Amino acid sequence: MSNEKAPLLQVENLKMYFPAQSTLFGKPRSYVKAVDGISFSIDEGKTFGLVGESGCGKTTAGKCILRIYRPTEGRILYRGTDIARMTDRELKAFRREIQLIFQDPYGSLDPRQSIGDIVREAIAADGKHRQKGEMQDRVHELLTLVDLDPVMADRYPHELSGGQRQRLGIARALACDPKLIVCDEPVSALDVSIQAQIINLFEELQEKLGLTYLFIAHDLAVVRHISDVTAVMYLGHIVETMASGELYRNPLHPYTKALMSAVPITDYDVEKQRSRIVLEGEVPSPIHAPSGCSFHPRCPYATDICRSEMPKLSDTGSGHFVACHHCGEV
Amino acid sequence: MESKKKLLEVNHLRTSFFTQAGEVKAVNDVSYYVNEQEIVAVVGESGCGKSVTQMSCMQLIQTPPGKILGGEVLLEGENLLKYKPRSKEMRAIRGAKISMIFQEPMTSLNPVLTVGSQLSEVIRTHKKVSKKEAWQLGIEALKAVGIPEPETRMKNYPFEMSGGMRQRVMIAVAVACNSKLIIADEPTTALDVTTQAQVMELLLSIVKSMKTSIIVVTHNLGLVTRYADRIYVMYAGRIIESGTCEDILKNPRHPYTIGLLNAVPRLDASEDEQLVAINGAPPNLAKLKDDCAFAPRCPYASELCRSSCPTLRQVGDREHFAACHYEIGRDEHE
Repeated sequence: MSNEKAPLLQVENLKMYFPAQSTLFGKPRSYVKAVDGISFSIDEGKTFGLVGESGCGKTTAGKCILRIYRPTEGRILYRGTDIARMTDRELKAFRREIQLIFQDPYGSLDPRQSIGDIVREAIAADGKHRQKGEMQDRVHELLTLVDLDPVMADRYPHELSGGQRQRLGIARALACDPKLIVCDEPVSALDVSIQAQIINLFEELQEKLGLTYLFIAHDLAVVRHISDVTAVMYLGHIVETMASGELYRNPLHPYTKALMSAVPITDYDVEKQRSRIVLEGEVPSPIHAPSGCSFHPRCPYATDICRSEMPKLSDTGSGHFVACHHCGEV
Repeated sequence: MESKKKLLEVNHLRTSFFTQAGEVKAVNDVSYYVNEQEIVAVVGESGCGKSVTQMSCMQLIQTPPGKILGGEVLLEGENLLKYKPRSKEMRAIRGAKISMIFQEPMTSLNPVLTVGSQLSEVIRTHKKVSKKEAWQLGIEALKAVGIPEPETRMKNYPFEMSGGMRQRVMIAVAVACNSKLIIADEPTTALDVTTQAQVMELLLSIVKSMKTSIIVVTHNLGLVTRYADRIYVMYAGRIIESGTCEDILKNPRHPYTIGLLNAVPRLDASEDEQLVAINGAPPNLAKLKDDCAFAPRCPYASELCRSSCPTLRQVGDREHFAACHYEIGRDEHE
């Protein structure tokens, strides 16, 4: 990663602990370590993919960056300013710059608001367009941007299909000209043929508006396709991060390898030749996270050092970082 | 392949739902078959009628508004549709000869009963055994699906188990009754990727060890590539392409199948590859006309497509059928 330009977003040692069991007087006895010290940076105009199974902390990480949660520890530098400790009032300026797109296009839209109203509300919050005519033009512009017919402005969300709703969610997020958009599983609720439409829309918008994405998803193929850099999370840690092209060619962490092999490729010949790694067991509870490397109970290569010591994310060259004690050997 | 015996044969099945918006032809003249010891995949997007087809075979359609209008469902030559949905005969088939596994394992298990009591209930419904024996059979079934410590797990409630574990319990129900056919409706959609692989491998091993057949209903083409022997692709209530897994994936002949394959991001694709999306959205099943339902989204659609509905015709040497007026291959689709 070159240092010519400071990255748009830099996350340093981000931790988010939630109190789990508490004593009689409300003092927490143990914590769910949802995010346990992750660091990454996103360059302007790029897409950073965060991939992992449910419960790995990827959504929590996204919510910390949006400051929906106040992180337990760590720094979130947006253009060099730490927003991790800011108060709500100070944050107001940044809220405009960082927006969110949700997974569920059904749950994230108010069924009683018309499509125009949903977008208008976001425009009003932005405050740049105050006059009625201006506002109307902006609604028109935003809907066109996401390939929705502006005539639809008077309709209601229930009249839209899943793909159209997701487009509306994107239009709403774009209302205040954000720089960074956190996309939390934006395509996983959509049908395959619609999924491709939305992914292409994301790429188009990035080109047109110079957007930066933090793309959170569990689908490795989708994340790899859309991101420039992909990070794989497991139990609150980033276990591997690399340029997305490297992911298929040269995965190093045993968990990444297992994840990759669990995703079939829709090509008959390629698929028949692939070896399969089926992981035993399930993701442990983050309250009782295993000692040492959090992946060791399921790892086929685990040795004593994995059980006692947590591996650090280290560079293997050309921006490919892996957290594994045996990364050269396996 | 010809020597194999057909376990299930569905001919010209038609199911409609009569709603205020009109007749919704959810299953529109669908025919397919499943051989013994075979994994057959029914692929399609939501609302294409793939689940309703399976529910119709099991006669689990709520009437009204739904109604099976015609066709036959032959299980080992016996037409299931001649039985009433609530008849003794039908109930003896459901769960014993044909088992069903649903997408959301939490909703198909009763939250206030232990896993063991639910398992042994099914066993006692279909087999003449004592409660103790049923419990023992339940333990063995749990063992067969790879659940550790089955004795203690029998006493657990569904909420004490993870999603993958619950799905294994559902499979255990099918295993316990020695079902001939397991219909798995989106069996792994609610599960994590690594658990998905575990559950699918388990189903695969059951086909081999118990000599069952499986119908996997899914929207996930990847899953199909890896595990299915034959594929049926559904769109708007009809089967629009069918054939062996190899034929369909290597040489898809219907524009919709080609479109689906191109729309899925591939792990091994080059980095700057663009996804080719299918334009538009699936049609409203209440407003189907006598045309090709895919025509509004099809890049090759002509007047012919908009005026008459194509029927399935053979397109390859083997059993490869497609319902398209034109000879279209994947190479031309660029």
